[in-house]
Amino acid sequence: MTKPWSRFAAPASFYPLTGRLIPVFWVLAAAFILIALYWGFFETPDQLGGSNAQKGYYRIIFIHVGAAWMSMWLYAMLVAWAAVGLVFKTRLSFMMANAIAPTGAIFTFLALWTGAIWGRPSWGTYWDWDPRLTSELILFFLYIGYIALHSAIDDNRRADRAASLLAIVGLVMVPVIFWSINCPDPNQCAALHQRSGLRKVDGNILFAMLTMTLGFWMYSFATTLMRVRSMILTREAETAWVQDLVRAPERG
Amino acid sequence: MFKVFWSVLHRDLLLAVRRRTDVLTTLVFFVIVVSLFPLGVGTERAVLRVLGPGVAWVAALLSSMLALERLFAADYEDGTLEQLLLTDQPLVLLTLAKIAAHWLLTGLPLVLIAPLVGMQYHLTDSAITVMMMSLLLGTPVLSLIGAIGAALTLGLRGGGILLALLILPLYIPVLVYGAGAVTVGAVALGEARLYLTLLAAFLVAALALAPFACAAALRISIE
Repeated sequence: MTKPWSRFAAPASFYPLTGRLIPVFWVLAAAFILIALYWGFFETPDQLGGSNAQKGYYRIIFIHVGAAWMSMWLYAMLVAWAAVGLVFKTRLSFMMANAIAPTGAIFTFLALWTGAIWGRPSWGTYWDWDPRLTSELILFFLYIGYIALHSAIDDNRRADRAASLLAIVGLVMVPVIFWSINCPDPNQCAALHQRSGLRKVDGNILFAMLTMTLGFWMYSFATTLMRVRSMILTREAETAWVQDLVRAPERG
Repeated sequence: MFKVFWSVLHRDLLLAVRRRTDVLTTLVFFVIVVSLFPLGVGTERAVLRVLGPGVAWVAALLSSMLALERLFAADYEDGTLEQLLLTDQPLVLLTLAKIAAHWLLTGLPLVLIAPLVGMQYHLTDSAITVMMMSLLLGTPVLSLIGAIGAALTLGLRGGGILLALLILPLYIPVLVYGAGAVTVGAVALGEARLYLTLLAAFLVAALALAPFACAAALRISIE
């Protein structure tokens, strides 16, 4: 294992690297989110759409869409790390997967919550069994299942591998689940296609939305890496380098 | 190779015959859950006809899930499972045999008792036929997917509720199309064909993939 890309697969070299990276990610996250918030509040129109106009309350879109995107992206990343871990048997990959899960679950919850707040004034209801809402709810269950299984097993090795396998099974099932929710009647699938796309979104709004998503992404990096660092310390507590680290005055 | 499959299947069935209550409790649970709904939502025929397919399928999901706990538990506790893992026979085949036995003991009875549910909910004859067919195609999928969860949660405290948390979201496609088939089947038998075809597709896919995932899960849980 002397290839350059695998050097940081060792917790001992990963730990100091992330210690330097985390502040960068925090600064980037704060910058992006602040820009997006400013832009979303002051540089976008007060009203959206023609006949059935959305008023100021549509501005929750800037948080809602970013959170929904991140919730799905993070699940893909979780599974990717889980698969890497199962294939290459690298401890750090499992830790990455495990560290992504809470952040992903939080974003999924945030997407559902902001969606409910948005749905109340625009649809007149907090919850509707719309395909997107339902799939996001299922995604939330998948995250919870992963976290629950991992925390139910005391032995780290078994917990890592079992939860990873579950995440992969979940990913295989996700398209089937989403598709079955999207068209519960196979006779009329075409009619149920969702008709919205990025191209229809106004450039001004898109800018705030994408910046917010970038901010969320950086936030995810920061929190995930922080979680991995604390996991490394707990799991590798017996190793010499962690012992040295603890004894020496905190240098990061 | 098939001799292994048969011997595991035969052993599991024999064990179940010697301990009949295990099989009966699943079945009675199904009947009780189905019977509770009319007491909760009222006994109006029109309402029951609408609810029937969904209730029957949710009850099938729950009872098949409850039975999953026992799929590997007894063998795990007395060490049989470890011995099975140590044999030079393909583990995928052994798990498939165990899942098949499990389905014969918990899934098939549900199919056979479905007409009773149909009568309770005043379903039409064609709906009952479709319900039996959809259960026949769908419950094996439940056993196959559920077996992965059962293998992953082997020997954990609070395994049962954890299993529900892991597996129920994965049951959704079967629920959607299973209940959908019955609802449509109430109108015309032919309408349900597409649903049943999809369920059959799920069954084929699950048969091809789930035993491998389940075998991998068993290896993770026992080492």
